[in-house]
Amino acid sequence: MMLGKSRVGLRAMAALAASSLLLAAGCSSGGAASPAASGSAPASSAPAAANLTMTFLPKNLGNPYFDTSFKGVQAAVQAVGGTVTQVGPAKGDDPAGQVSYINTATQQQVGALIVSANDKSAICDALTEAKTAGVKVVTFDSDTNPECRDLFINQATAEGIAKVQVDIITSEIGDSGEIAILSAAANATNQNAWIDMMKKELAASHPNVKLVDVVYGNDDDQTSFDKTAGLLQSHPNLKGIVSPTTVGIAAAARYLSTSKAKGKVMLTGLGTPNQMREYVKDGTVTEFALWNPEELGALAAYAAAAMVKGEITGKEGETFKAGDKEYTIGADATVLLGEPYKFNKDNIDNFNF
Amino acid sequence: MTTLTTGSPDTRTYAEFGRPLWRRALFNREMAIIALLLAVVVAASVMVPKFATPVTLGYLLFDVTPILLIALAMAPVMITGDIDLSVGSMVGLSSVTLGLGTQMGLSVPVAGLIALLVGALGGLVNGLLVTRIGLPALAVTIGTLALYRGIAVGLLGTTAITQFDRWWTTLVKSKIGGSGIPTVMIVFVLLLAAFAIMLHFTPFGRGVFSIGLSKDAAVFSGVDAERTRLVLFVLSGLMAALAGIYYALYYNSARGDNATGMELQVIAAVVLGGVSVFGGRGALHGVVAGVLLIGVLSKALQLVNITSDVVSIITGVLLVLSVIAGSVLSWIQAKRLRPAAPPVKTS
Amino acid sequence: MTTVAAPPAPGVLSRLGSLARSRETGIFLAFALVVAATTVKNPQFLFSGDGWRDLLLTPAIVAVVAIGQAVVIITRSVDLSVGSIVGLTAYLVGSLFVAVPGFPIPLVFLVGIAFGSLLGLVNGALVAFGRVPAMVITLGTLYAYRGINVVWTGSNRINASDMPRDFLALGTQQVLTIPVITILAVAILAMVGWYMANTRGGREFYAIGSDPDAAELYGLAKTKRVLIAFVASGAASGLGGVLFAARYGTINSQVGDGFELQAIGAAVIGGVAIVGGSGTVLGAVFGAYLLLTINRALPVLGIPDFWQRAVVGALIIGAIILDRVLANRQAKRLMEDRSAA
Repeated sequence: MMLGKSRVGLRAMAALAASSLLLAAGCSSGGAASPAASGSAPASSAPAAANLTMTFLPKNLGNPYFDTSFKGVQAAVQAVGGTVTQVGPAKGDDPAGQVSYINTATQQQVGALIVSANDKSAICDALTEAKTAGVKVVTFDSDTNPECRDLFINQATAEGIAKVQVDIITSEIGDSGEIAILSAAANATNQNAWIDMMKKELAASHPNVKLVDVVYGNDDDQTSFDKTAGLLQSHPNLKGIVSPTTVGIAAAARYLSTSKAKGKVMLTGLGTPNQMREYVKDGTVTEFALWNPEELGALAAYAAAAMVKGEITGKEGETFKAGDKEYTIGADATVLLGEPYKFNKDNIDNFNF
Repeated sequence: MTTLTTGSPDTRTYAEFGRPLWRRALFNREMAIIALLLAVVVAASVMVPKFATPVTLGYLLFDVTPILLIALAMAPVMITGDIDLSVGSMVGLSSVTLGLGTQMGLSVPVAGLIALLVGALGGLVNGLLVTRIGLPALAVTIGTLALYRGIAVGLLGTTAITQFDRWWTTLVKSKIGGSGIPTVMIVFVLLLAAFAIMLHFTPFGRGVFSIGLSKDAAVFSGVDAERTRLVLFVLSGLMAALAGIYYALYYNSARGDNATGMELQVIAAVVLGGVSVFGGRGALHGVVAGVLLIGVLSKALQLVNITSDVVSIITGVLLVLSVIAGSVLSWIQAKRLRPAAPPVKTS
Repeated sequence: MTTVAAPPAPGVLSRLGSLARSRETGIFLAFALVVAATTVKNPQFLFSGDGWRDLLLTPAIVAVVAIGQAVVIITRSVDLSVGSIVGLTAYLVGSLFVAVPGFPIPLVFLVGIAFGSLLGLVNGALVAFGRVPAMVITLGTLYAYRGINVVWTGSNRINASDMPRDFLALGTQQVLTIPVITILAVAILAMVGWYMANTRGGREFYAIGSDPDAAELYGLAKTKRVLIAFVASGAASGLGGVLFAARYGTINSQVGDGFELQAIGAAVIGGVAIVGGSGTVLGAVFGAYLLLTINRALPVLGIPDFWQRAVVGALIIGAIILDRVLANRQAKRLMEDRSAA
């Protein structure tokens, strides 16, 4: 480079640095810094006070399921007098991205970390490190290996979730014929556990129903949509699709609702009432299942708060209060929310999430 | 890549020798980026709570290690005017290879060696298509970006391999004493030294720069351009494979989709670090500073709970500004030096 | 490059011959072969209502984006930011419907195209006036546009129920069994294709792509052409965003992620040389259809969908090698012709 150029270059760079820092400063004063400030100040002045600063780390941002969970988390955290920040990777299925956020939470010395795992072992060491640094780790929705977290909030047992979906689809197709599964990511812990259970349940109780294909929509709308189209083409005799993921079932319903297969190919799975309302009313979908993600988030936050306060440690048999309900910790430091709930056109309007 | 690009970098060398050595050493693109890096580090230490700790340094370096490793090899590739978009996919393929190897009962070093071989082979395929058949590097590596990723995802299907020898994963995650600096940094520093010597202090390295400035001139002055570019592509594949081994061991997970999109992060950092996309100029200290700058910015913003997406805006804007600034300034300079004759590129 | 050389006095026969030899024909035959093979395996692929519709519809959005990309590549640039433009425009469209219920649908198309053009203009201005390689600039704007999108969208999402039914219906509506989106893509193809092949302005893109310095010395307005190319690519991506919103009905911050590789891949497979100066937009559209149809055909043919990307990669590499072989053969023939004369 040249004489005058480099000087101007330096000046330009300096201006650039200043502007990017201003940006950082502007954002940090704009609210993101407040949890850190309000959380750490009392903790340092009175070490006995519990550090109720929490980080909520979903699989990815912009996912209505997790947004609903976060509402529950926020409400519960407010009730116990703490603060919570939601962070996470923009794209789904990015464990490396989650590790980076876990490390940051460790560094910020938050009281508790509430996380839905993108990979059951990839984020394990980072979580262990967080635990060592005194952060309480509560997983919900999708678990890690049990030794990596303090507590897992289970939305429903895998058996219960698998059974309710198999029950719905087999009764809709008259207990015989071909069905397929539209899953999320190929590596998702919970999805694969449910699919295994469904296979067992089908083999045990529904010998005439044949599972012909499992495809993966990666919790991406467009992929799930196109995969549904692919399923219908690859399997002309298909009678039913089970999609145990909220993104997948909504995309599949949208494809079916404009397709000639509407009403001929049955669809069920796990979905949120708001996303499915239209398709239940137009007859594409008769019945689907889910737990209440808001309750799930609230339970996770209450459990995290109880751990931070030292009320529970994760031992089997300990109890704690979440709002006005009492929950008991089961084997493997797991708390069960309850049985999945079935939504159909008679009850769907009672729910808004 | 030279064939894709046009511009007027020709007055550069002429003017560069019109300045005393100390000025050339201190006032250049690399120093500007290092100054910017230092400024950001100082500002973040003051403004961001919990930034100025050894813990930050550790997490930061762990995060950027794969990008640093790949950037070492990407820089010379881009200095010759080529580009390698397949590196992110190669990280995935290499980590899958390592995973499958250990699953079959091989030890980590043996499986790692196979992964490195796969990397070298992938680089060789890129290099042969570019140099022997004469295809543009951009097109070839867009193809192999899809191909290598496809093989990685195809090989492993729905599974992720997460059982690695504990001794190795602990080693990769260990730090040197209480300094917070990861042990793997030793490997990186050695490789940095090797690449720096190769690029800046050997005839081979001078060949790399001369190919980027003018391939024909380089060939006429006795540089084996084809061989040089081939070697660089193989090195690029090797370093990507090494990054893949690190990635699998650090995250304890070999998956087909590991490090998706990393190629863009690497290229952004390398360009930010002062490597000209026209080829012919760049230096490794600038490249390392470029990688660290993006790493520091994203870590600092994460600590104040700003998601990575703001970082991507900043990365993008920095990238565009840094290239534009250089271009505008050299245009002004060219005008000042030769007001009458507008530069015309003849090649 | 080769296309600039005018063919010597074409008779009807030689014209037919060159049609048979042309790259577009080859790609179309490959496309037909894929469809035929898959249909033999499963007649539903072509002969069911949904199969026919999806065959025409699924690649159409990428095809539109690839048309713009082809124009940029022909002028020896490349536009990596198209995926981010698609995403940003799609979210803008969705937000418009949320903010102004009953927003007129034709106006939405205009807004989307205008907004895309604006983003393309930013790219074009930076490339043309900054004299910086398009790859770096558009890599930067790929990041920047996507980042703006994510900051703007946050964890929000536009659902199908937020948009008017008539608009969503456009995404799947058919006229005489041909989907509306496909008709739109063909109309744009016809317009741009005719312009690129038959007008002085269109040929200037090829001239600039073949040899930018010679074109400039000859007096062609290079800056203007480069600007136009990027605006065209932005406009095509903007339209792509509107179409995406209509077709998929759900818009989050990651819409269009990875479109750049599909669009560039489609153009390259369709015979648009990455070094500029040759290829047609028709080829790019055929490339898009081939690429996305293979994606859909593989599972039907019994190849697990995990291998799709590997096949696509092999296809791109095969296409560029084929290009080179053909170009070499033609160069040889031209040399022979010259020495014979």
